[in-house]
Amino acid sequence: MVAHDIIAANAAERERAWVAAASVADPEIPVLSVADLGVLRSVEIDDNGAVEATITPTYSGCPAMNMIAVEIEVALEKAGFKSPKVTTVLSPAWTTDWMTEEGKAKLKAYGIAPPEKKAGRRALFGEEHVTCPHCGSIDTVVISEFGSTACKSLWRCKACAEPFDYFKCI
Amino acid sequence: MTDTPLFHYTLRLADNALVLGHRLSEWVGHAAVIEEDLAFGNMGLDLIGQARALYTYAGEVEGKGRDEDALAYLRDANDYRNILLVEQPNGDFAVTMVRQLLYAAFAYPYFEALTRSKDATLAAIAAKAAKEMAYHLRHSAEWVIRMGDGTDESHARAQGALEDLWPYVGEMFEVDRIERALIEAGVAVDPTSVRGTWDKTIDDVLAEATLTRPQDGYMQSGGRVGRHSEHLGYILAELQFLQRAYPGATW
Repeated sequence: MVAHDIIAANAAERERAWVAAASVADPEIPVLSVADLGVLRSVEIDDNGAVEATITPTYSGCPAMNMIAVEIEVALEKAGFKSPKVTTVLSPAWTTDWMTEEGKAKLKAYGIAPPEKKAGRRALFGEEHVTCPHCGSIDTVVISEFGSTACKSLWRCKACAEPFDYFKCI
Repeated sequence: MTDTPLFHYTLRLADNALVLGHRLSEWVGHAAVIEEDLAFGNMGLDLIGQARALYTYAGEVEGKGRDEDALAYLRDANDYRNILLVEQPNGDFAVTMVRQLLYAAFAYPYFEALTRSKDATLAAIAAKAAKEMAYHLRHSAEWVIRMGDGTDESHARAQGALEDLWPYVGEMFEVDRIERALIEAGVAVDPTSVRGTWDKTIDDVLAEATLTRPQDGYMQSGGRVGRHSEHLGYILAELQFLQRAYPGATW
């Protein structure tokens, strides 16, 4: 093969590895893939063909991280990559800004209000207006600042009276 | 590298997070309402997550092959380096929330400053921790305001908690020789640099809560060099039981 063919082949392999790793669903919000969530940061293949996927936790104590790492390894092995490695990095720190638009749409369809705006100090200190994922009303109120997972809080819609999860902005 | 100031410094940060995280975990299954049960579980998880990252790094810095588990489970109380505030008993809901407020109001600006550390690993851990502590600060501040500005009973309990815990706040702002060198090297944060922010946060919350800030008097100290209250031993007896009874057990 001439050089540009090798480069093209490598790029295709890398793309294939990315697709395999990105197929893994978040164990706690199975409607989202780890790529939608922004947890999967990169997938690289070195000159010897070794694959390394890099992930970053949503929260320091997110208990799903170990499971995500194992599932990415399994997905890469199934796709034919030998001895894949998954590395966790902390920097730059994960932010809800990394969630894809597709991911946000999936969350909403699943009944979870997606993070609404750019993360920042105001979001952290509660200047939030959250839209009900069921009826679209903004007449909503927080029930509990902590929900079933570290990344969510519990809200209620005063218009349709349904409770819902909100993916917190950080 | 070995028994360096950086190791001790990282260990102090880790021990604060683990011990407070453990204290919050003691509430799980016991809180009066499900929302607060979840809150304590989640906040505890944040802190234990911070501790894991910090212990892992401390072990690497030390270079003696100790991992996060070895540092958490296989050290006795006098080797722990946390401040005394975080090991104080949970008491009632007011005590736990006031303790959380006093710590989070410090940890949030402290970790924000630590994101500018010349140590890339500490800066990365701090970037996540700062966001988490901001949320803890918001949550605990709201509860302290609700209790202070609530019934006579909740006001009295919140004021009592504040007075009981106040002698432990001074230790957060201490700087010793171990830290001085790291501060000058741009690795550690000088805790006195966030004192103004902490004072303002606390004063604002207490004013809204109609609570009275206690007078600064004698301040307890010693946790950061391994002199602890009796409470830490009981925490470790529970936290370390499994590894003490079944050394090396994994699953």
